[in-house]
Amino acid sequence: MLTYILKRLAVAIPTLLLLIVVSFVLMHSAPGGPFTAERELPPEVLANLNAKYGLDAPLWRQVLNYVWGIVAHFDFGPSFVYKDRSVNEIIAQGFPITLTYGCLSFLVAVTVGVSLGIAAAIRQNSWLDYAAVGVSIGAQVLPNFVMAPILVLVFTLWLGWLPGGGWQGPEYWILPVVALSTSFMASIARITRSSMLEVLTQNHVRTARAKGLPERRVILGHALKPALLPVISYLGPAFVGMITGSVVVDIYFSTGGIGKAFVDSALNRDYAVMMGVTILMGALTILFNLVVDILYGWIDPKIRY
Amino acid sequence: MTSKLHIAVSALALGVAAGAHAADVPDDVTLAENQAYTFWLLDGIPSLDPQINTTVEGSDVLRNLFEGLYNEDGQGALVPGVATEHTVSDDERTYTFILREDAVWSNGEPVTAADFVYAWRRLVDPATASEYAWYMELMQVENAAAVVAGEMAPEELGVRAVDDHTLEVTIENPLPYFPQMLVHASTFPVPQAVIEEHGDRWTRPENMVGNGAYTLTDRVIGERVVMEKSDTYWDAENTVLTELTGLIINDTNQALTRYLAGELDRVDIPPGQYPRLAEEYPDQAISVPENCSYTYIMNVGESGPEALKDPRVRKALSYGIDRDIIVDRILQGGQTSAYTWTHTSVAGFGAPEIDYAEWSQQERMERAAELLAEAGYGPDNPLELRLQYNTDEAHKRLAIAASQMLKPLGVNLILDNYEWKVHLSRMQNQEFDMARYAWCGDYNEASTFLNLFASYSGHNNGEFFNDAYDAAIEESKTAQDPLPLYQEAETILAEEMPIIPVYHYAQVFMLEEDMRGWPMENVQQTWYGKDMYRVAE
Repeated sequence: MLTYILKRLAVAIPTLLLLIVVSFVLMHSAPGGPFTAERELPPEVLANLNAKYGLDAPLWRQVLNYVWGIVAHFDFGPSFVYKDRSVNEIIAQGFPITLTYGCLSFLVAVTVGVSLGIAAAIRQNSWLDYAAVGVSIGAQVLPNFVMAPILVLVFTLWLGWLPGGGWQGPEYWILPVVALSTSFMASIARITRSSMLEVLTQNHVRTARAKGLPERRVILGHALKPALLPVISYLGPAFVGMITGSVVVDIYFSTGGIGKAFVDSALNRDYAVMMGVTILMGALTILFNLVVDILYGWIDPKIRY
Repeated sequence: MTSKLHIAVSALALGVAAGAHAADVPDDVTLAENQAYTFWLLDGIPSLDPQINTTVEGSDVLRNLFEGLYNEDGQGALVPGVATEHTVSDDERTYTFILREDAVWSNGEPVTAADFVYAWRRLVDPATASEYAWYMELMQVENAAAVVAGEMAPEELGVRAVDDHTLEVTIENPLPYFPQMLVHASTFPVPQAVIEEHGDRWTRPENMVGNGAYTLTDRVIGERVVMEKSDTYWDAENTVLTELTGLIINDTNQALTRYLAGELDRVDIPPGQYPRLAEEYPDQAISVPENCSYTYIMNVGESGPEALKDPRVRKALSYGIDRDIIVDRILQGGQTSAYTWTHTSVAGFGAPEIDYAEWSQQERMERAAELLAEAGYGPDNPLELRLQYNTDEAHKRLAIAASQMLKPLGVNLILDNYEWKVHLSRMQNQEFDMARYAWCGDYNEASTFLNLFASYSGHNNGEFFNDAYDAAIEESKTAQDPLPLYQEAETILAEEMPIIPVYHYAQVFMLEEDMRGWPMENVQQTWYGKDMYRVAE
């Protein structure tokens, strides 16, 4: 197992490097630059700025400098737009926010989604099943950019219960979490339901029932683990998706999270911030794919590393 | 230049206008308990450095954190800021400002003439790389152009501290509206010692030292900016609002919802919603002229399409656009149809007689068809052009409307949507046929608009080069009465039609009923937290 993990981590390094190089080149080939302004800067001034931010060197040299800065000093450089912040600081400000509502959304989505899915599968074709399927399809077809304004309309404007945006304390977390978790919850519920239905017809479940085990133990002890396998493969990327920020949630709820910073950096050509967030997302994706694979091994005895 | 402006300026020269400033609360008004003001910001402000900022919203915040030589009152007239008065030399080239002795920085240090000298040199110094360095050229401060170009040291700039409280500025030519330009945020003083200590990081809340009525206490990128009343401000006694909070909300409809839920005190009204809100909230929905113009720039230069090199085609395109439909049916917020580039509410500006402004739309369409036919285009030989705009729902709606309006003339407009930076970069590289553009005046005077289309202007992306136009602009800079020259310039624009003026802005917004002191009559909409207050309901 340990060798497997080490091997995977070793592969992660070239993957990240490739990600850095490709993003760097793509980013620099987009029209406009960080200093494109309504009024073109005089050439001398532009040259000054490019020199200050190291943009005057050839592209390969810039990539090398950039990677070296990260490896040697864990320094992702200064923001080209927010001149009084470094990329590390921008990520340090936005990522905890995103991580908070991301993790909460994940918990909500998994708890509610898995429970709904199991309940629907056990009582297949009952009103509970129809209700669960109805709710999850409803939640799925309401994308979060529709969900978010509706939530604000109902809970902020009409009921006046919750703030419509900002990030000043726990009451500000609720709407973003609901908006972000709903569609994930719906997917989890559907996947859990169908995989549970399939597992429930398998031989080992039939055997358990034949042995006269109480239904509770049949479901939790014998059916749940295999039924969760497809759910887990969905959860890895879903978790990364949630904690690296939802642009929609950041925009509608003005959370100050990393998703908005990422989009802004792309629009502003704030190269350093864009690279920083890309690397963060890339590293998290690689990490959680590994976690998912390890979980597979734990859940399914047929998989061995 | 209006008589109003003349009076304002000469009154200052005599030091008379030193009356009302700060919140002008009438005696019979009961102030509200809560004096916090929360306003809406569309986007994060990239920089709170006065010499680096370029955005209107950034200037709004900076006017509260810093104070320049003069401020504007609710009507847009100048009132003393750090300077209490000034005198002008006989040749009208040397301005001597007397600075108040009680102006201090938020760290307790006095604000001196040297702080202004430092800030102004910093603005033009190529090392600062300010996008607004050219503003000092517009102000005609001696040697500004040479310093910006790197040909002279910043120390050669025509500004010097005679003593701690006397600032002397030399300009290259007499410029009647020079004092008016001093309201702009890029001319605000900055604290040299603090900047030298912290470098680019001096604008962080924990480092920033300002001389305005408020100090920066919090700034979360993408979320909020918070300013609290400064006790060190010279007029703190008359400053009523205790806290100013800017909330960043990227979506205009979401911002409006949160305003209606009571989370904001002021918010812009999205296009098309003013009539409904004005009916529902007559005391809160407001529409007043705002000093900005919206236009479609045409690429008349070498790289532009052949058809647009013909003024007849350009005129036909302009005639074909029914501005009344755009303002009355699409925007619906009190914006006005534009036939001049300069906003008609600009102080001292009067529009010349523009022929097609007087015609009916039907007459314009007929004339447009004739002109196109003369140029060899029409339904049988359709003209195909691309119109590019930057990503925004309102720009898109206008572009669609424009393409529909021009269709009957046999003009096929293909719409290209680009995000802002690509839009700019394509415009600057002349990679466009027609492009959406808008400009908000840096000061309340027609030159802030008309300068843009002089052949040497850095904004003239359509490459309209016209000697008569340049001459009129050049001459206006020193003329005692520049109005006829501005009118001449506008007439040339209408004759040559390098741009299609579309509409003149209105500031369309919701403001809580208990807020007072918003500068409704100032087209620049330069608001100061120190002039505002809330009344008890």
